[in-house]
Amino acid sequence: MTGLQDRLTPAQVEEFGRELDEIRQRIVADLGAEDVDYIHNIIKTQRGLEILGRGLLFAGFFPPAWIAGVGALSLSKILDNMEIGHNVMHGQYDWTRDPALSSQKFEWDNVAPAENWRHSHNYIHHTYTNILDKDRDIGYGILRIDPAQKWHPYYLGNPVYATLLAILFEWGVMLHDLEVERVVKGERSFEENKPVLAKIWRKASRQIGKDYLLFPLLTGPMAPLTLLGNATANLTRNLWAFAIIFCGHFPADVESFTEEETEQETRGQWYLRQILGSANITGGKLFHIMSGNLSHQIEHHLFPDIPARRYPQIAGEVRAICEKYGLPYNTGPLHKQLFSVAKKIVKLALPGSAPAAPSPAPTTLKREKAVAA
Amino acid sequence: MTALVPRRARKLASLAEALLTPHGMDRYLELIDPMLVRREIRGSVTEARRQTADTVTLTIRPSRAWRGFTAGQYVRVTVDIDGVRRTRCYSPACSQHNQDGSLELTIKADPNGLVSRHLFRTAARGTVIGLSQPDGGFTMPSPRPERILLVSGGSGITPVLSMLRTLVDERHQGPISFLHYANTADDVLYRRELADLQRRHPGLDVVFGYTASSSESSSDSSSGSSSKNEGTDVHGFFTREHLTEAAPWYRDAQTFLCGPKPLMDSVRALFGTEGLSEQLHTEEFTPPALTFDSPETAEGNVRFAHSGKEVANSGKPLLEQAEDAGLSPEHGCRMGICFSCTKVKTSGCVRNAKSGELSDEENEEIQLCISVPVGDVEINA
Repeated sequence: MTGLQDRLTPAQVEEFGRELDEIRQRIVADLGAEDVDYIHNIIKTQRGLEILGRGLLFAGFFPPAWIAGVGALSLSKILDNMEIGHNVMHGQYDWTRDPALSSQKFEWDNVAPAENWRHSHNYIHHTYTNILDKDRDIGYGILRIDPAQKWHPYYLGNPVYATLLAILFEWGVMLHDLEVERVVKGERSFEENKPVLAKIWRKASRQIGKDYLLFPLLTGPMAPLTLLGNATANLTRNLWAFAIIFCGHFPADVESFTEEETEQETRGQWYLRQILGSANITGGKLFHIMSGNLSHQIEHHLFPDIPARRYPQIAGEVRAICEKYGLPYNTGPLHKQLFSVAKKIVKLALPGSAPAAPSPAPTTLKREKAVAA
Repeated sequence: MTALVPRRARKLASLAEALLTPHGMDRYLELIDPMLVRREIRGSVTEARRQTADTVTLTIRPSRAWRGFTAGQYVRVTVDIDGVRRTRCYSPACSQHNQDGSLELTIKADPNGLVSRHLFRTAARGTVIGLSQPDGGFTMPSPRPERILLVSGGSGITPVLSMLRTLVDERHQGPISFLHYANTADDVLYRRELADLQRRHPGLDVVFGYTASSSESSSDSSSGSSSKNEGTDVHGFFTREHLTEAAPWYRDAQTFLCGPKPLMDSVRALFGTEGLSEQLHTEEFTPPALTFDSPETAEGNVRFAHSGKEVANSGKPLLEQAEDAGLSPEHGCRMGICFSCTKVKTSGCVRNAKSGELSDEENEEIQLCISVPVGDVEINA
């Protein structure tokens, strides 16, 4: 394993960062009505699918209607959470100054309250991407997903936990914000969790209220079928979101980092870490939209606040820059990436796959210190 | 039975909100028709006419949440230009007693005005704009003062015309004088309406001031007007003579003033020297000139409205200034990525430390960690 700082010389890192900044500035300058029209179309499609799905479930006694209804509702929830919610809450559309597209005001069709999620995702995960003990998305506090995580007999259940997390993903995301593992370790007080819990309580009861109470009741005698339909749509979204997100950071060859490697990181080095710590998924246009363009996880991590529809446009350039500097650009079809993640989850359940040799001391840092001295 | 209907409608609405959580009913209704929204206020343009070469007058039907306004107040008008939502304040020019609940806005295309130029160019029947509930304390007291003098310049006519139309609708008994300044006779907004009002309301006196012609020729009663019913015209910039010409009784009146800064300043000065400031009510209609600092020099004060703290601008990003002031706003990356520190800037101008872009929008969301104040700034934090 090569240390993060050894990849490039400081001059190279700076030049590399400058090239990426240039892409960013170019896209930001080009943002306009086209981006707004795009997201409005996606929103319109999502709301249409939602109404269609809910409507079809009123005829849920007719199996094709039930299946089509669940399908439409699943697609609605996936679009809402991924291409709309995740991206809007990243501030990708804050420049429009439209309150309906504001990162601070948007709420998604998910039990995890937007505000809690924004903290754990936008701040913790995107700032400390793949830094062990800092990025709480590494294994979500319950899985061993990186060889550098110390093995414990608890991790024998790794594949079981991963399966449960996939099935209950929205609940996992919701509970993630409580940072239970840090409360257990005594790093976080229960008091700090009170406002987080209050938001969870309010949001989750509204979500449960509509999906598992009001809509089923409205369909009268078909209430159980409607409830089952809504639960299936939530499950479909959970499995899909889990698959896409786990392929973003956990396929083989995606790197993780230590805190000391990333001390005094420059902007170029931060970009570098985002590239080494993320992986893309190849696919068609529709696939990219349904993944919330997280199939371009690398581009997303470089520019989390640029509208996601722009990622496919710049992917070629980013890849060319990676090649120029001899950096990996991890990408592959969904099945390949997913298999790679599954293999890792199973492999890391066992103690055998101990961490690779400790990474060498960050030499770039030393060089910089020497220069400064 | 009829009393039950609104209650039942409210119940249905709250059920719909529960079913349509988290986005809420408006986000679905607007996809059918943007005017169907229940909480937000929007306005649909029913008529757009261009009275002068650089203005557009819009008749607007507000959506159901609109609760009416008081003459002299303003509304925030919102339009999307190149994908970015822009908000500006405009005072309706119509009577507050308009029977059909419609609103009338007159917008002058300012050569540097993004929103006014956009509306001037594009507004047409069917255009939908965003509106707010009305705001502002530039209103006439109730009961009305007996004598009322309304002074305006250019497109500053709108709030005082609204007052005039309201008074006419109320069949105001006392004398009303309407002194309005424009460059030339061709630039006078609402000339026909004013002539008509004067015919209908005997107590009203309308006087036009033309600033493009010299003040030496002072008052003369014919130029630029063909109608016999129109009042006297005066020339040049505001003077005491204009005032005595328009409203000899101005010392015993309540005066309402709106117009460009030079007009406001000279009227204020005159009323000040005569000890009449208490009887003068004003509305700023052009924003104060903004001075942009170079990055090294910091001017003005930063006010954190939520906590009531005010500090001298140190030139550092707002997040740091807030922390220096002992506040702890929510934040994350401190490098403009995570948007955890986004807060509403209620007034003032900031520079984006990333892009160098200056922004002086009112009620705009900014990222504290990368926003540097330029002059006085107020943040809702």
